[in-house]
Amino acid sequence: MIARVQLPREAKRGEVIEVRIAIQHAMETGFRYDHAGKAVPRNVINSLVCRYNGAEIFRAELGSGIAANPYLQFYTVARASGEIEFTWIDDAGARGSERASITVVE
Amino acid sequence: MPARRRFVALLAGMAVGPLLPAPLARAQSDPLLPLIRKITGGGPVRAGRVAIDTPRLADNGHSVPLRVSVESPMTANDFVRSITLLSERNPRPLMASFHLGAYAGRAEVVTRVRLNGSQRVLALAQLSDGSYWSGMAEVEVTESACLDAT
Repeated sequence: MIARVQLPREAKRGEVIEVRIAIQHAMETGFRYDHAGKAVPRNVINSLVCRYNGAEIFRAELGSGIAANPYLQFYTVARASGEIEFTWIDDAGARGSERASITVVE
Repeated sequence: MPARRRFVALLAGMAVGPLLPAPLARAQSDPLLPLIRKITGGGPVRAGRVAIDTPRLADNGHSVPLRVSVESPMTANDFVRSITLLSERNPRPLMASFHLGAYAGRAEVVTRVRLNGSQRVLALAQLSDGSYWSGMAEVEVTESACLDAT
């Protein structure tokens, strides 16, 4: 699974920063049929966690109501330099992760 | 005014009376109500503080940009704990739930949703004091995401 995390490269301590992630995933609803008329089983990224230097800052439970190639944008307070890491899992049990780093200045 | 006319007016008033709390009656027949009850544990949900920002008209239900924001100072003792997105007409009405905390700084999430036709989209926010607030947006979808293979 290809994913892209976007953060400001640098932020002031205490500043509210925008965190964005886009993951390449079909988010298969389970309501579609393939060419042979067989139902395509549901396979969505059902849970996603974002950690900032190891501490959880955002968690999402997603369903088939989220568009293919899910995109999420949210905010967090820049506290310290370090890494923001995302991990997720889909219905088929496939796991993915992606990270980005940020420098926090005084 | 003659007494008879007053009496007729009173009767008319009585007939209208039970119809007055129309928003309440509508809420009670809302198909999402059992799900909302399940999320809140039967607690009250107040309208307000939550805003959903979507295009009024979406060409395609497969991917509709949606921004949900909650009025909150996001301090250590007054913040938004979670936001749940519900769809009125999707075969699975629970679209997503997001868990935040005081460290978020701003109670706002942007994503893209699938919508099975024109409908109202509801967002439910739980604050740190345990109260639930809701916001709604009406989206007109020209081409539905055909989620239920119809």
